[in-house]
Amino acid sequence: MSAIEILGIEKTYSVGFWRKRQKCALKPLHLTVEDGEVFGFLGPNGAGKTTTLKLLMGLMYPTAGSARILGLEINDPRMKAQIGFLPEQPYFYDYLTARELLDYYGRLSGVAAKELPQRIAAVLDRVGLSSSANVQLRKFSKGMLQRAGIAQAILHDPKIIFLDEPMSGLDPMGRREVRDLMVQLKQEGKTVFFSTHILSDAEALCDRVAVIHQGELRGVGAVDELTAKVQGKVEIIWQGATLPAALKALGAQGQITADTARAEIEDSQLDAAIDILRREHCRLISVNPVRGTLEEFFMQKMKAPDHASASSEKNTAHKGASA
Amino acid sequence: MKPSRSVTWIAGLLLSVCFTVSATLVRVVDRLYPTTAIEDVLYLKSSNLKWMSLGYTGLMADIYWTRAVQYYGTNHVLDTRHYDLLAPLLDITTDLDPKLIVAYQYGAAFLAPPPPSGAGLPDQAVALMEKGIRANPDNWRLYQCLGFVHYMDRKDYAAAAQAFLRGSATPNAHPSLKILAGRMAEKAGDMETARMMWAVTYDTAQAESIKENAAQHLIAIQVAEDATELEKIVDLYRAKTGRLPTSFRDLGQANLLAGIPLDPLNQPYILTADGHIEVRHPEKFRFLEKGLPKGYTPPPNARN
Amino acid sequence: MNSRIAAIASNTFREAVRDRVLYNLIGFAVLMAGASILVGQISVDIEKLVVINLGLTAVSLFGVIIAIFIGIGLVSKEIDKRTLYTVLSRPVQRWEFILGKFFGLAGTLAVNTVCMAAGVFLSLLYVAHHLIKDDVSILAALYFIVLQFLMITALTLLFSSFSSPLLSALFSFSLFVMGNFSTDLHMFAGVEKGLNRWLAIAASYVVPNLSALNVISSVAHGEPVAGRLILANTAYALFYSAMVLCGAVLIFERRNLK
Repeated sequence: MSAIEILGIEKTYSVGFWRKRQKCALKPLHLTVEDGEVFGFLGPNGAGKTTTLKLLMGLMYPTAGSARILGLEINDPRMKAQIGFLPEQPYFYDYLTARELLDYYGRLSGVAAKELPQRIAAVLDRVGLSSSANVQLRKFSKGMLQRAGIAQAILHDPKIIFLDEPMSGLDPMGRREVRDLMVQLKQEGKTVFFSTHILSDAEALCDRVAVIHQGELRGVGAVDELTAKVQGKVEIIWQGATLPAALKALGAQGQITADTARAEIEDSQLDAAIDILRREHCRLISVNPVRGTLEEFFMQKMKAPDHASASSEKNTAHKGASA
Repeated sequence: MKPSRSVTWIAGLLLSVCFTVSATLVRVVDRLYPTTAIEDVLYLKSSNLKWMSLGYTGLMADIYWTRAVQYYGTNHVLDTRHYDLLAPLLDITTDLDPKLIVAYQYGAAFLAPPPPSGAGLPDQAVALMEKGIRANPDNWRLYQCLGFVHYMDRKDYAAAAQAFLRGSATPNAHPSLKILAGRMAEKAGDMETARMMWAVTYDTAQAESIKENAAQHLIAIQVAEDATELEKIVDLYRAKTGRLPTSFRDLGQANLLAGIPLDPLNQPYILTADGHIEVRHPEKFRFLEKGLPKGYTPPPNARN
Repeated sequence: MNSRIAAIASNTFREAVRDRVLYNLIGFAVLMAGASILVGQISVDIEKLVVINLGLTAVSLFGVIIAIFIGIGLVSKEIDKRTLYTVLSRPVQRWEFILGKFFGLAGTLAVNTVCMAAGVFLSLLYVAHHLIKDDVSILAALYFIVLQFLMITALTLLFSSFSSPLLSALFSFSLFVMGNFSTDLHMFAGVEKGLNRWLAIAASYVVPNLSALNVISSVAHGEPVAGRLILANTAYALFYSAMVLCGAVLIFERRNLK
């Protein structure tokens, strides 16, 4: 049983003054997320990420299709007791203190009254808000609010945590804090499903990612595989302002930026290339195998609807090379 | 992943039940609500009421007008025979909206006549009409109402004549006003004059209840005329044959009458043994003076 | 189930208090104090009449204004601030949310009324110097005012569950005004015929029967309130509010939260 199974969920709105036109926010989506995975849901703004999350949370009703979380139906209270959700840029009840907020959510989640105070203290400590426990939320900074949001999402020790753009609007320190928290959650064996348009975060955190654009799933891939070594190519970086003609003759492709040059050549040509550069008295900076980037995968998927690879990847049960 | 069916069913069912119960309770509550509420109305001076309506005096006038009609209707059905609040209610209504002509007409129709059909306050009715005339000096209907009250309920034919005359001078006056002014002088007690009055009222009334009232009076006049006519024919027959007719056919055979005469409700008249004409269903008429069986008293609040 | 509704209700109450809404009580206290002192210039009989009339009318009006001001935002504010999303992702049913909000606001208004009632009684003591047995009917009038709040709260919650705060305020206020003329609406139904009659009858069932809950002037004249009227009004207010809440639940259950 997978943690999250999305079986063809779709959402269409009627828009216009007379509500006659149809607007498709999400085309039929098929996706599976396994236990313990950190799954990134990537896409530009307006791609359908938030729509998908809202459908999974039962905030919106799908036009067709269904989904199961932990094997249970979407509006099943038993399922909801085991998930946590942080929406995008929430404001929360600003007249409450952090402690009161968590008390409220704890009671809603059915956490036993006896356990509640300790749990709250523990969670506040974990997100680093212990010192602000009795401060009203209206006085919190954005980063603090986001951490409070994560606190309410994990308070009841859920198995799956859903985060909608958790890093949005945060300064680098805030982002670092949230990232660390997410890594911790993963280490505890929780499943994390989050949407973002910041690829570097996804690359650092996720086991697998899905790319969604204009309401359509464009592709799914395991991050490890995607960033694996690209066979046969090496990247050389040296100090210099020109690409030596001899290097070009070897079939190198290069770029010059300020006083640093970078070129990619075949593995077999590596020794020859280094010789050429030494003859030219260029100072080598680095020699590295070329790796794929998530960005490339993303851009590629954004360009064309990739039905073939999407359907072959949708039921991938393996988690790639992740632990 | 649809809205919960059980919630929909339960909430829907509960809503229907609660709606039915609350609708029923609305009537219960209304009956239990202290009726002093309406009397409270009279502690408020009209000037205060105007201020309290925040300028929406027209709407408030309509509300008080509705209350006046309801008040009269309720008391009429219950045959309480007193309409103490009718005059104040109409007074407040016309204070709030002096141009609400139908309120003045209502006053003429139901303030002036004696109980059970009216409050028996012809002088107050006259005062109300004069108030209306001050606010609407060019509205011929108000003069007609004023003349009507003077004629019907106060029997002051001179005052009636004056009212009709004033009215006939207004623009677009109903032609009958001038004629009625003339008739006041000699033929005041005439049935023809009375009929004319009621006919004008019927034609020009702006409220259903006033119209209906006038129609009933016209029917009564018709019966009176028919009875008089028929009794004259009976006298002719007696003069001719020396005895009373036994039925209308006798009159027919003597070539004095064609067919069986019908009353305004299309029922054949009854010819009594002593030569009087009576209606077949006296309880269906109001305001009859002729054509009733001897010793007949109408049941309380007889109406169609 | 109960603890979740209680949690939502107490949170709503807390919000109202901390939102400084209940500071209206200070304004009210000032009004009552001022009125009592002014009224002290006139004869004793009228004094009491004015204090009761003014006091109870103010309690009623202030309460309705608060009910509408807070009520219109009950649901829409939670959507704007996205707090509703986190709440509904919990094992909370949508209907529990609606009920919790209702009890929270109703509770706020009840507390508000109690405080204001104390103010009215204090003013009454000041002008009349002692309370008589008949003054118990003032409690009945206050109770009716609270029943009125229940119905208005349910209505604002209904509108808040699907429309914007501005429209909710308009609808609620219109129903409040019409409700105060509901006796006339019934009379109108009796007088009219045909289509107008049916429309008026339908309206009189849908519009809250607030005029029957307004015993302020009779109480001011020292008249007692019939026990049967109290029972009937209680039942009516409860069933009417329940009906409106069912409507709110039905609408909210279906709502797609964009």
